[in-house]
Amino acid sequence: MNRKNRITGTLFIGAAAFSAFLIIAVIIILLVVIIIGGKDTFSWKFLTSFPQDGMMKGGIFPAIYGTALLVLIMSVAAVPFGTITAIYLTEYASEKSILAQTIRFAVRTLATVPSIIFGLFGLGFFIKFVGGQMDSVFLGDQLKWGQPNILWASLTMALLTLPVVIVSVEEAIRAVPREMREASLALGATKWETIRRIVIPGSRSGIMTGTILAVSRGAGEVAPILFTGAAYYLATLPVSLSDQFMNLGYHIYIMATQSANVDQTLPIQFATTLVLLMLTFVLNLTAVIIRSRIRRKAK
Amino acid sequence: MDNPIENKNFIFSNESLRKKFRLSEFLSEKIITGVAFLSITIIILIFFFVFRETLPLFNQKKEAIKIESVQKQEQYNGGETTVRTNASGQEQYGVTTNDTMMIANQAKVEDSVVREADEATIKSLIAKEWVPVSDRPRYGLIPLLVGTLKITLLAILFAAPIAILAALFSASFAPYWLREIIKPAIELLAGFPSVVIGFFALMVMASFFQNIFGYDTRLNAFVGGVAMALAAIPIIFTITEDALTDVPHSYTEASLALGASRWQTALFVTLPAATPGIFAAILLGIGRVFGETMIALMATGNAAIISVNPFESVRTLAATIGAEMAEVVFGDTHYSVLFLIGSLLFIFTFGLNALAEFYVKGRLVKRFQGK
Amino acid sequence: MKEPKIKIHDLTLYYGEKMALNSITIDIPGNEVTALIGPSGCGKSTFLRTLNRMNDLIPSVKVSGEVLVDSLNIYDQQIDVVNLRKKIGMVFQKSNPFTKSVYENVAYGPRINGISEKKKLNEIVETSLKKAFIWEEVKDRLHDSAMGLSGGQQQRMCIARALAVNPEIILMDEPASALDPISTAKIEELIFELKKNYTIIIVTHNMQQAARVSDLTTFFYLGELIEYGKTKKIFTSPDKKQTEGYITGRFG
Repeated sequence: MNRKNRITGTLFIGAAAFSAFLIIAVIIILLVVIIIGGKDTFSWKFLTSFPQDGMMKGGIFPAIYGTALLVLIMSVAAVPFGTITAIYLTEYASEKSILAQTIRFAVRTLATVPSIIFGLFGLGFFIKFVGGQMDSVFLGDQLKWGQPNILWASLTMALLTLPVVIVSVEEAIRAVPREMREASLALGATKWETIRRIVIPGSRSGIMTGTILAVSRGAGEVAPILFTGAAYYLATLPVSLSDQFMNLGYHIYIMATQSANVDQTLPIQFATTLVLLMLTFVLNLTAVIIRSRIRRKAK
Repeated sequence: MDNPIENKNFIFSNESLRKKFRLSEFLSEKIITGVAFLSITIIILIFFFVFRETLPLFNQKKEAIKIESVQKQEQYNGGETTVRTNASGQEQYGVTTNDTMMIANQAKVEDSVVREADEATIKSLIAKEWVPVSDRPRYGLIPLLVGTLKITLLAILFAAPIAILAALFSASFAPYWLREIIKPAIELLAGFPSVVIGFFALMVMASFFQNIFGYDTRLNAFVGGVAMALAAIPIIFTITEDALTDVPHSYTEASLALGASRWQTALFVTLPAATPGIFAAILLGIGRVFGETMIALMATGNAAIISVNPFESVRTLAATIGAEMAEVVFGDTHYSVLFLIGSLLFIFTFGLNALAEFYVKGRLVKRFQGK
Repeated sequence: MKEPKIKIHDLTLYYGEKMALNSITIDIPGNEVTALIGPSGCGKSTFLRTLNRMNDLIPSVKVSGEVLVDSLNIYDQQIDVVNLRKKIGMVFQKSNPFTKSVYENVAYGPRINGISEKKKLNEIVETSLKKAFIWEEVKDRLHDSAMGLSGGQQQRMCIARALAVNPEIILMDEPASALDPISTAKIEELIFELKKNYTIIIVTHNMQQAARVSDLTTFFYLGELIEYGKTKKIFTSPDKKQTEGYITGRFG
């Protein structure tokens, strides 16, 4: 009896350990394959030059530029919005109030909406509705804002990353000790003064974490920008908010599925993937480190 | 204003203690609450505007659909501002050519696009063929639904056992130092953009599996399923691991005190006690896979076929939107049907999420309070 | 006889369903040190916090009765709580400096009162730190983080911070309980000096401290005010048996 138990036990624990290591092995294989496939093409020149010969050669600078611009505009929209919402949830909302619970539910729902739906929303709301109205009000018959461009794509992405910002900032605000708030109030400060002078400065690291995580998501997601502004081949960089833009993730997708000569562009594909992977990895790692510092401080 | 700091002998008069209206306090509270309220507004807006674009389908009276002319800022090879249209009159942007698209599409893609109001469109939604671009457009959602279900099923079949076992290992068997390696490593996987996973599946996994199993179609439900599993595993793992570690120590200690071994405790006490959380984890994993677009676009073959064979290509609902929305004309039937698919996806994930929340909250509370 | 600074009449406080303070009536004289003693959980800290309405921060709290400060009922609807707290300052059990420099900590109060002129702030900061007997120790590190100070120094800085707002009454909730004997002695010396210009109410667990430092002593037990009077009397010949029991260590 005991022997049978021990064998079953060993098998069971073995299977569990195997599963864990299998996952890690796949992660490592993925990383190794991408690195091997892309390392030869990866270079400073690759990162800073434009594509040539119809994407057969050259670099991916416009894709990097476009991605950077995208996440920049996205952050400008999402970070203040998310921070203020987090402040509301921690400082002003009474836990029992229906409004607070509904807002929390809305944020959680936002977090689980498939990314392609955001793209549809971007199309139906930002491009058609807002853009269309802007055109008819300001430009009459012309069509300028009622089209895919970097502005709408960025705002669409901002909605997608909003929950990430809210969660991170909320965590940091809650880590600010209650005693500090009490000290401030006991000195005759108002609630808003306490938030402004003590709570927000004390949550800086959380705001940073939230921003970094949002940027990481925004740089890697492709579905929301498939038809809200990303383009595969643009000869010039976007200069105005109504321009389209190139994007790392979108570039990988199109090149891998639709390029004229897959074998020739394969090294570029791998290198671009490597760039995107490195970018998101570094961003996530930074956020995780800052976050663990917040958690240690809270203890 | 009498400033108490300046005048040392100041005695607070009744006047200075009278309730003061502070504009900044009032404004800050109102503005902050208002901004927070926007998140509710956004969800409502998403509902509204995604559904809005499906309305033309339900409006049977219209005869023809307005084609909005779109001038796009296309710049190809040196500054030509042209609107690129292919032979069938569809506008294209952002895509070089359609020819080399790796679509093993068994449906015929014909040249002409018919822009007629299709009064039978609603009926055709339950047809078995998805051929939106042809003389007689057919918008049968069944193959797409079947494809999505196939992929989801395969993905969860791969992901759930592995993720749950791995979580069990991490929570119950692994020494502390090992746990601190496993958890972050799998969180790392969560941070991989899905386009990267799709790329990996397309370039590496597809050939790898083809060599092993020797099937014909390189990109199929199996490859897609494995790739999707990679996306679902971190979610299922994290939530399961949390659920397992949340099981009260008193449970596990009681079991061990009765003479059960560690693995028996883990399997027969800890795991069952964490069932609501594990269920929620799987639900959220399903939700993730159901709506995943990029992996589906790159690894599944994108053929709207109804078949039980896992080694045949499939087309998912999300991938259909992703692949075709860029090609449709604003406002025509195809456009509206794609939005309809989006609405269905939205409703589904919304319902799934609500289920996970209420089920876990309900059952979990009951469980740990002794039914 | 001088009019008492604070007159409390029939003060009752509920945390939800639970009664924490039961009909407290007491007069607290100005420019003297009143000590609140009693076993843990007897309500002395809660009582202290009703005086600057810090209990308002807890949603389930209900207060009835009158608290008259300079003949003004601070629980009146028309009272501005924010300004009230500038008149009645508080020092907490565990020092709670802001994660700012010493200077910015002490200057916090004046700043929120609208004082931004450098010269004025410097003056206030220096004066307050001197009053708190800590100027010499920090004058060369004013712009370093307050978190780098020792526990005793942090607490004295918190006292300076409270003084910078120029209150009339200072509430101290076991200010020295987390400190070593030397720091405690410094704070007691400080209290003795401060009472010349401020009214001080101090909660303390330490009976010897109460005996050393206060002019009046109040004994709380289970949310009720059992006895109060001149410190000397309370500690040598208290009227109530319970008081005597606590003082002599029979319970508590």
